[in-house]
Amino acid sequence: MAEKIGVYVCHCGSNIAQMVDCKNVVDYAATLPNVTVAREYQYMCSDPGQELIKKDIKELGLTRVVVASCSPLMHELTFRRAVEEGGLNQFLFQMANIREQCSWISEKKEMATERAKAIVGAAVKRVAFQEPLEVKKVPVNPNVLIVGGGITGIEAALQIADSGKKVYLVEREPTIGGYMTRFDKTFPTLDCAACILTPKMVNVAQHPNIELLSYSDVTGFSGYVGNFTARIRRRPRYVEEEKCNGCGLCTEKCPISVPSEFDCGLGKRKAIYRPFPQAVPNIPVIDREHCLFFTKGICKVCVKFCPRGAINFDQKEEFLDLEVGAAILATGFDLFDASKVKQYGYGRLPNVITSLEFERFSHASGPTGGKILLKNGQTPASIAILHCIGSRDTNFNEYCSRVCCMYSMKMAHLAHEKTEGKVYEFYIDIRAFGKGYEEFYKRLLSEETVFIRGKAAEVTDVAQTPAEKGRLIVVAEDTLLGIVRRTPVDMVVLSVGLEPRKDAADLARIFSISRSQDGFFLERHPKLAPVSTASDGIFIAGSCQGPKDIPDSVAQGAAAAANVLSLIDRKEVTLEPTVAVIDEESCSGCKICLGLCPYNAITFDETKKVSKVNDALCKGCGVCVAGCPSGAIEQRNFTDAQLLAEVESVCASGK
Amino acid sequence: MRKVESNFEPKIVGFLCKWCAYTGADLAGTSRIKYPPNVTPIRVMCSGRVDPVLVMKALSSGADGVLIAGCHPGDCHYTSGNVKTIRRFKLLQRMLDQFGIERDRVRLEWVSASEGERYARVVENMTETLRTLGPLNWNGSEEV
Amino acid sequence: MEFAYYPGCSLEGMNKAYDQSARLVSKSLGIDLKELNDWNCCGASAYMSIRELRAHLLSARNLAMAEREKKDLAVVCPACYTNLTKTNHYMGEDARLRRTVESALKAANLQYMGTVKVRHLLDVIVSEIGESEVRAKVTKPLSGLKIAPYYGCQFTRPLGDYDDKEFPTMLDTLLKWLGAEPVYFPLKAKCCGGILMTTNESVALPLVRSLLDSATQNGGECIATICPLCHMTLEAYQGDVNKAFSTGFKVPMFYFTQLMGLAFGFNKKELGINQELISSKALLEKHLEVAR
Repeated sequence: MAEKIGVYVCHCGSNIAQMVDCKNVVDYAATLPNVTVAREYQYMCSDPGQELIKKDIKELGLTRVVVASCSPLMHELTFRRAVEEGGLNQFLFQMANIREQCSWISEKKEMATERAKAIVGAAVKRVAFQEPLEVKKVPVNPNVLIVGGGITGIEAALQIADSGKKVYLVEREPTIGGYMTRFDKTFPTLDCAACILTPKMVNVAQHPNIELLSYSDVTGFSGYVGNFTARIRRRPRYVEEEKCNGCGLCTEKCPISVPSEFDCGLGKRKAIYRPFPQAVPNIPVIDREHCLFFTKGICKVCVKFCPRGAINFDQKEEFLDLEVGAAILATGFDLFDASKVKQYGYGRLPNVITSLEFERFSHASGPTGGKILLKNGQTPASIAILHCIGSRDTNFNEYCSRVCCMYSMKMAHLAHEKTEGKVYEFYIDIRAFGKGYEEFYKRLLSEETVFIRGKAAEVTDVAQTPAEKGRLIVVAEDTLLGIVRRTPVDMVVLSVGLEPRKDAADLARIFSISRSQDGFFLERHPKLAPVSTASDGIFIAGSCQGPKDIPDSVAQGAAAAANVLSLIDRKEVTLEPTVAVIDEESCSGCKICLGLCPYNAITFDETKKVSKVNDALCKGCGVCVAGCPSGAIEQRNFTDAQLLAEVESVCASGK
Repeated sequence: MRKVESNFEPKIVGFLCKWCAYTGADLAGTSRIKYPPNVTPIRVMCSGRVDPVLVMKALSSGADGVLIAGCHPGDCHYTSGNVKTIRRFKLLQRMLDQFGIERDRVRLEWVSASEGERYARVVENMTETLRTLGPLNWNGSEEV
Repeated sequence: MEFAYYPGCSLEGMNKAYDQSARLVSKSLGIDLKELNDWNCCGASAYMSIRELRAHLLSARNLAMAEREKKDLAVVCPACYTNLTKTNHYMGEDARLRRTVESALKAANLQYMGTVKVRHLLDVIVSEIGESEVRAKVTKPLSGLKIAPYYGCQFTRPLGDYDDKEFPTMLDTLLKWLGAEPVYFPLKAKCCGGILMTTNESVALPLVRSLLDSATQNGGECIATICPLCHMTLEAYQGDVNKAFSTGFKVPMFYFTQLMGLAFGFNKKELGINQELISSKALLEKHLEVAR
């Protein structure tokens, strides 16, 4: 059966044309069997480019189309649409990637052109074997799952809930709010973090469309876009949410005090506790590891004093299965562990603290009531703030954590306010890129903060002069003066960088999404699709995608919400039809394929004694196809004939 | 010791899984990393789709080597597709031994979507190795 | 346990005692140190910065010869360790370097496949031989002797991954096994100045001063070393330090293998403890019954 193939070689401006001799490729394509027409054009993805294809389909009666241009991950959908609009089934189309995997990686024009010809030849041979297919349309469940109740998740949840859709907001901690609940002031406006955050937290709690599942996590996630099932584990608080009225008497009376995680271990909390007074939900949780009832079977003071009888030691963990159409991951970040950088003495030298610990000191409700204090209870006369701890460092994280310069300057400002001592900032560069940020830097300069350009080499307590005795000495090269400085101070604050969450890998696995080299979740495109992932229906937002400040996190939360609403309001989505199909005649009933399918999409028909693929569950991986000894299974659009044609063509191509 | 032809350019067929390896290879291109163009990519949805028949077809049709690249174990987009690949690959290696084909000619590598640099190194490495091994020159013309 | 022993150039001259004592105690512990035949200089501190490729060739030759004997290399000098390890490491990572070095080796009828591991003797003793074996050999524990364990900067940096990079503890541990008391020495892995003493004394002298200060501040009566250059620098320039800073240092220095030898019962002469610049006689007589 003779096909009529149209081949279109794109210049992509100079991206391809600079390295690949497009005319040569076109001439070569024209000589291939079944090729009716071969053309070249500057930008195939543009309107005129697409018109070329549509025109040729109509006028020349083309039955197959090949476009040699960029990666299919870039424009496969664009050209499929063009082909469909031209009157040809969109799956009678194949792309030849002669840009990302040819022109951009080549150094010699001759080799690049030969390679392009090989790739185009393979696509031409393959496309002849392709069959028309129909996409599947499935309805979209309008419910949404948001994982992570920090400022990003809260923003996304409120946006979506306000539009009338139902949101399940899952948060791992006993309260929503994330890191922002622990900050004192935020840069550059010096807004009180709690003041701007808590109203939003209350909105979430009161919103009729938001179901808040706190102290819970996601243990499973399956399905496909528009039709996901999420398994949520609700951990027991041992306090009944419906009965508790948040009076706090239990917390007051509890006899056990342990270091508070919320205060970075600098303050205390009880065994039955709320992380902080404005927690949402305002319901305490019992820490099994320290509660006297759980460890020794005694006490129960909280039960005695609770006016509502809300304490329930018998609570068990519960599992919920939620049906949603889309999910947003807004799980945030973890801070770099400063003890890894031994030179700064964190954990070894007293009065070397991290930025978050400084924040807790500065906070009016923190362990020192808002005073910056040394271990001996005195106010430091001088503080050194060290930038880039764990960031921009080939030994730890190579990336810049984006927020540390700004928060370091904020800390310097608070230090000036609260201690009236000298404040030093040891920096590599000052990254003050946002609105009002540079002005904030100017302000800090006018407050007489001493900025020393040079990353601190070490913090030592080994004195070299009498003036250094008993103090912490910051050793750094002052690169602007060209000398090595030894600066004795009372307190050192380490501006630690942001890292992906410790369990980011696990979450990525649950949701089947990828991560970038640095471990943060991978976006579909860094510029044009920063909140989508390669998996349709799953979105990412906030610091889990990369370090960012509050304004950008909120922006991404809203962006993800927009993406989700767009998906839901479409009412239905299309699925790729690249599923597996079993030819009953050829199936010998060996059942090997059943065990191979990761989704249990293949069942065995006892009457006919053959296997059958469930279209709805099949995700099109092709693993069963490769395993069938009878060759009875085929994967649509990735058939053996098509792949063999590509292989043959590549191997035969002359070089 | 086989005499190495001085201008020999190994021809390698690459089966790259769409979600990880192919995307990683794209990233190498987007980052303008230059690497030898000896691997011609064939896109599959999952490395688990790669039937050993396709590998043998490639070798018998003029390829000097075959690269199968997929997601790192544990990160497969289809959860366990790449695990099946590992199993098949081990058997494939034994088959290659029986054919007298050097194991270095068929490689299984894990390349994630963000490992553009790594993909380039893998291709570079494999090309160098095959250059030393020389052309396969599978004379058999029997259809697989 | 067999190793190809790579003493390094300094052990043939000023630091002969290190070589003597190292061979003795290794034999006691069953570590067979057979000197690598026809070994060449590793290029020491300077060469790698001046002629990088040739420095790699120097190391590669030693590695190739060790590989030919099918043994790993045992070294006692951290500079030798660094150079040999750097070559090992970069040859593995950089295909172009590997090709160049391999063709050079070929011209000398040698080849290197990357199978040799380079180990510092201290690492071998602490990690491979272990506590019970060492303690078993101790007949005259160094009880009451307060020692500042000095590692110098190249023992763990850049490539020594077997101990903490900033505050290593291997030597402290070994000294405890010998019955001695390692003291708190916060600058134990800081640079002694080494070769700078010859090119820029004004920089190196203060470094030596701080080290001697820190070593003795917490009760250290002597310093144990694992590097011939550190040993020499800290010992030979104590006089100059005293003159420049009006201090009165007279801190005896021991190679760690000498201390092991004393604990194992060897006599001072065998261990080269009579060749030093700062006499340890009084100190040893105070603490040990080393009569011979």
